[in-house]
Amino acid sequence: MCNYKKAFTLLLYIGFSIASYAQNDSSFVKRIPQETSGQLNMDATYNRPFLQSGKMPIAIGGYMEANTQYISTNGVSDGFSFQFRRTNLFFSSTIAKKIRFFSELEFEDGTKEINLEAAFVDFEFDPIFNFRGGIIVNPIGAFNQNHDGPRWDFIDRPISATTIIPATLSNVGFGFLGKYFVDRWTLGYEAYLTNGFDDNITANEENRTSLAAGKSNPEKFEESNSGLPMFTGKLAVRNRKVGELGFSYMTGVYNKWKADGFVLDSKRSINVLAVDYTVMALKNKLNITGEAVKVFVDVPDTYSQTFGTEQLGAFVDIVGTVIQRPMLGWEKSKINLALRLEYADYNQGKFKETNGNIGDYIWAVVPGVAFRPVGTTVLRFNYRYQQQSDLLGNPPSKTGAIQFGISSYF
Amino acid sequence: MAILASCEKITPPLPADDELLDGPVEGLDEAQNRQHLLGDVAFNDQIFTNGTGLGPVFVATSCGSCHAGDGKGHPFTTLTRFGQVDSLGNKFLKLGGPQLQNRALPGYQPEQIPAGATFAKFTPPINSGLGFLELVPDADILALADPNDANDDGISGVPNWNTIPFYVVPTLNSIEKSGKYIGRFGKKGSVYNLLQQTVNAYNQDIGITSYFEPVDAYSLKEIDHEVSMQTVHDVVFYLQTLKAPIQRNQDDTEVILGKQVFNSINCAGCHTPTLKTSFSPVAALSSKEFHPYTDLLLHDMGSGLDDGYTEGSAKTYEWRTPPLWGLGLSPNSQGGQYFLLHDGRAKSIEEAILMHGGEAEQSRNKFNQLSEKDKDALIKFLKSL
Repeated sequence: MCNYKKAFTLLLYIGFSIASYAQNDSSFVKRIPQETSGQLNMDATYNRPFLQSGKMPIAIGGYMEANTQYISTNGVSDGFSFQFRRTNLFFSSTIAKKIRFFSELEFEDGTKEINLEAAFVDFEFDPIFNFRGGIIVNPIGAFNQNHDGPRWDFIDRPISATTIIPATLSNVGFGFLGKYFVDRWTLGYEAYLTNGFDDNITANEENRTSLAAGKSNPEKFEESNSGLPMFTGKLAVRNRKVGELGFSYMTGVYNKWKADGFVLDSKRSINVLAVDYTVMALKNKLNITGEAVKVFVDVPDTYSQTFGTEQLGAFVDIVGTVIQRPMLGWEKSKINLALRLEYADYNQGKFKETNGNIGDYIWAVVPGVAFRPVGTTVLRFNYRYQQQSDLLGNPPSKTGAIQFGISSYF
Repeated sequence: MAILASCEKITPPLPADDELLDGPVEGLDEAQNRQHLLGDVAFNDQIFTNGTGLGPVFVATSCGSCHAGDGKGHPFTTLTRFGQVDSLGNKFLKLGGPQLQNRALPGYQPEQIPAGATFAKFTPPINSGLGFLELVPDADILALADPNDANDDGISGVPNWNTIPFYVVPTLNSIEKSGKYIGRFGKKGSVYNLLQQTVNAYNQDIGITSYFEPVDAYSLKEIDHEVSMQTVHDVVFYLQTLKAPIQRNQDDTEVILGKQVFNSINCAGCHTPTLKTSFSPVAALSSKEFHPYTDLLLHDMGSGLDDGYTEGSAKTYEWRTPPLWGLGLSPNSQGGQYFLLHDGRAKSIEEAILMHGGEAEQSRNKFNQLSEKDKDALIKFLKSL
């Protein structure tokens, strides 16, 4: 934590130095134009509004998310809260020809959680063959790679993309990635070996199988809990006019099955399959984005069925631009109407005792409206209606949430 | 404030109080509310893991796992007890008795019922109103007993006389008989009070040791305490101060008829409608009349319900009269179904009535002779509880 604080102080110093210089000479800090053609979700890391100052070999960027909300479950509410969910700072630099470095630091809930989300070096041999090493973002699903707050018209991240795929999931490892272009088509792949999850997947206070709990191992950047690498791979295809389709897979052993030469348990694996898609229509005024994920976890038969062996989750976001014209002095402002439908079943299966279905599921409908004065900044208003069932499938709790928030790159 | 009021209007409303089993008894003061809340968090939100003492053999990972919404349990969390066939005690305590821990942490094996041990399965009961039952004076329970069936109604309830552990302090007006006291909790009525019930549940259900019960259910050795005394006391207070279930549709004509039928076929011979609490320092519980539909006594329920296992002084065929309050809300905590009687074998109220035997045989036979209208009214009355 102490090192993080030092790092943050240094980064703030760099940031403020650039900013203060920029106040004297606005031409000193320039925004690096974002690439728009042939960009896949896997490019989200670099496809951000970076700033660069003069001839400094480093580009800096970041974003923040803050909101207020009123949540009530079954008529019980703790009232209004203001939340500063996160601010992220990212840095990119070209070290030498064909060698790039990227890192991203995330501060959640103020400084309650500070995470090094990514820190890797890319060796760019050829568009179709590149080598990446360091702390990489595992390419499972699309949201995990492409989750910056200002890109989304919803305040909450998708349930399945945070509680089933535990975005942001990153880990230390190495692998290859590349893209191939044919006319309007872009094909992309990624394949990495990294450290994996830990035993907390089935030993956690969430009382359910949870990859999110299993990623919190503070030693994950030092050693693999299982002593074995985890594989994550993705294939994606994009048509410039239509959208993108991705398939991803992650597999590995999560538990500490051996220690000091002693066998403690069987090797227990996780397997995650995800499909993601983005569809653009009506001259990009209608965007449909979605993701579905299926998780298989090896849980001992003698353990509790509270911890499920299979999970399923999905979400779909439908966002339509209803007004696009100069507003309040902003030239390219937009008003979007948005609707998210989402579902997560944390424990697919049947009780051994009754052969009845296990509950532990959640679904939500989230309509919203978003105002984008510029492409990198969004003000959004959401209403969330959500139902959640307990393990036994008893009548679900009903939650309503009214949310207003802002998110912006800088 | 206006914004808050607007928000409340467009979020899901609070269900009616009589549709919920959880929630505190009315009239707690602020300090009592705080302790109730602490107990609520410990009971419902504290999930035990291997890092915080779970197991290594266990049945459930938290208190709330067995009592969703403070209601009756589901077969998933049914408890299995083994090893005692008479009032001489459990002969299998050194082999893991009295309770089977049927689950285990990865790398461990769950417990098995030892050869030669008989067993019974127990569905976790509802928690609501337990504090009222705890405060029923021993003298009132004894007054309901009729060991020799003096009134010749075929019902002869007896209390369960049992020893109490070192940490249980008998209440001021407790009645003692040869060093034994009247139990009132548990399917066999063998547990004296909610402290004993809570300590046993932590230890035997979750594998959590405490000052009160420091012996680990797996190693059978005394180990460090895994839950604090204060947390145990908070949970006990939470259970003591849960409200009593509230009857619904009391003025419905069919419910009124059903209540008359309930009395006419002498269900009330065991399921005593009204009891009264003694003094309690918690004013909200003190000297209150309440309607649990139990006499807290043991009754012979016949060979069909004799599983060959018992606790305290109860015979294997004797069961403590279960309170009927909250019965109609059982499906809300049992996954939308009924799992009734001590082990959940009855899948409906009618099925449960038909499985009554022994001292309840006469009432069961009378039930069978009822018209469909009266049967329906009785069931509707029971569902209103």
